[in-house]
Amino acid sequence: MKTAFRIAVALGAVFTVFMVIGVFIAGWERPPMVSKQIGYRGLGMEQITNPRLAGKTLASNQVPELIDPAPPGGRPAREAYTNVQVLGDLTEDQFNRIMVAITAWVSPEQGCGYCHNLENLADDVPHKVVARRMFQMTKHLNQDWTTHVAQTGVTCYTCHRGKPLPAGIWFPGDRDGPAKGMAGYDGGQNHPSPAAALASLPLDPFTGVLDGTGEARVVGKTALPTGKGIGASIQKTEHTYALMMHISNALGVNCTYCHNSRAFLAWDQSVPTRATAFYGIRMVRYLNNNFLTPLRPAYEPARLGPQGQAPQLNCVTCHHGQPKPLGGAQMLKDYPELNAAILTPVPGAGPAPAPASQ
Amino acid sequence: MAEYQNIFTRVQVRTIPEMGSPRAPGDIFARTGEPFFNRWAGWVGDAQVGPIHLGVYGVMSLICGFIAIEIIGLNMLASVHWDPIQFVRQLPWLALEPPPAKYGIKIFPPLNEGGWWLMAGFFLTSSILLWWLKVYSNARALGMGTHVAWAFASAIFLYLSLGFIRPLLMGSWSEAVPFGIFPHLDWTAAFSIRYGNLFYNPFHMLSIVFLYGSTLLFAMHGATILAVGQYGGEREIEQIVDRGTASERAALFWRWTMGFNASMESIHRWAWWFAVLCTLTGGIGILLTGTVVENWYLWGVKHGYAPSYPAIYPPITDPAVLNGAAQ
Repeated sequence: MKTAFRIAVALGAVFTVFMVIGVFIAGWERPPMVSKQIGYRGLGMEQITNPRLAGKTLASNQVPELIDPAPPGGRPAREAYTNVQVLGDLTEDQFNRIMVAITAWVSPEQGCGYCHNLENLADDVPHKVVARRMFQMTKHLNQDWTTHVAQTGVTCYTCHRGKPLPAGIWFPGDRDGPAKGMAGYDGGQNHPSPAAALASLPLDPFTGVLDGTGEARVVGKTALPTGKGIGASIQKTEHTYALMMHISNALGVNCTYCHNSRAFLAWDQSVPTRATAFYGIRMVRYLNNNFLTPLRPAYEPARLGPQGQAPQLNCVTCHHGQPKPLGGAQMLKDYPELNAAILTPVPGAGPAPAPASQ
Repeated sequence: MAEYQNIFTRVQVRTIPEMGSPRAPGDIFARTGEPFFNRWAGWVGDAQVGPIHLGVYGVMSLICGFIAIEIIGLNMLASVHWDPIQFVRQLPWLALEPPPAKYGIKIFPPLNEGGWWLMAGFFLTSSILLWWLKVYSNARALGMGTHVAWAFASAIFLYLSLGFIRPLLMGSWSEAVPFGIFPHLDWTAAFSIRYGNLFYNPFHMLSIVFLYGSTLLFAMHGATILAVGQYGGEREIEQIVDRGTASERAALFWRWTMGFNASMESIHRWAWWFAVLCTLTGGIGILLTGTVVENWYLWGVKHGYAPSYPAIYPPITDPAVLNGAAQ
């Protein structure tokens, strides 16, 4: 009897040990990993990738099938159809091609009716107003933000990936607040933060930097204190830390893809990609402030945040886990129609975009 | 003869339980609990368990510690809306957060915005200081030196530097460490990043030397004594003045290995100072951060000990500077 009891206890102990180990390694990646040196030796400037997982990411980041180019010639779309405000400079065939394209890219299941009144395609229904503005945003992006998107540019598909709602949507100031009552203050952090790769960092690292006018920079700029207050607080630092975790996660890269981690602030030791990322932050902020927030009246209530905020974008919206969206594929050059959008004000969608000052 | 080539202690004494010297005059707390012998305890230490003597300081310390843990735990539970399942699932992520920066070093920030943190800190500090008094008075009661108490004081100095002295110097409770498992680690990483990489802080370097040095010394000493066990090497105190063959073999071993050896007395001073200096230098490094030095990496460059490395990429300039006032 005693022996049986001991065996039971021993088995229970072994089982418990394996369960505890299992809990701790559940989030680990199975090797082999590949480490590539990208900086001077001895600095830990390396990119660690898992080819098995990178392969999966690549497979889900393919450019959709090419839509046949429009034949040359034909009358302008603004003459062929009524109420064409943004794409009027296209020919009728180009216009139809891009309508087919956007349906395939944004609302393949919902079809034309997702943005149009099928009884009268010229009707200005809310989603159509949004779509107009999105054409302008795409043009603006490709024209004014080559510091970030280079000549590769973006198309509707870069974000939408066959879905009406792109990935990474967030709402300013939207987070699980402290418990009602007299206890439970969490400072907007101290829970697994999906935005920061499940670290215990701020739940909303976006508000204030990816919208508004806040800065991400927190590191002291001088060797000695300046005597002008304490600078960025630890909590502000954790905010930036969480934003950087988001970027790292959204791009599937390590900190050292941009930074030399011995001195995060030092531009003279950074990888040139850091400048691209800098403009990326500025670009996302500009798009949120000037395109997405002003669209608020055009959205149906179900699309808005808990406090009625317009949805905003972040890095994952385009990047989908890759350093370059769609693996850096040059998709835009196959759809020159997107660069012909006219940047006039769209009624119901905010003012015309000002040229971006970066 | 005892056998020392084993990971566990092989010698276990079974006798009438040792009850210790008579109670000190004025000590109102008796030693409580019926002592017993446990084979598992004997594998890693003394087989006798109990009796326990807490004394006034011990009891007060436990009460204060209990209050602190209660404040921390209930706030964690409140932060998951009193959901016990989420409490268990999220426990490593949860924390009691210090007051936000806007309250500076206000003594009474709102209860639910750092007030609880200050209270938990007060009771935890009281608990630790009372336990220090217990350690000190226990040593005196047994006619011992107070070496343990002063080593503990060094650790308390680091704890107070992080959570009390430095926040006071900076004029903001928000600089202090949250009470939480992952959150205090995130604090550590953010603290290092904010002040330009703590690895360039010379006192952090010293602290690491003493930390790793302590483990090295501990391994060397433990291994040496076990290795001369069959010659009576464990009788270290007598061997300070009466070396005997165990001491001489151990000394020879290290002299042959590295030309120098500690003595039976000095090795314990080495260990004590390494351990004490680990937290003492660490605390000094913390107190200098943000108060005297803003960016340790730039400070290292300024004083010529942070090396520069050959550039691999074409130089880039801060775009915010390139474009003037960036939007």
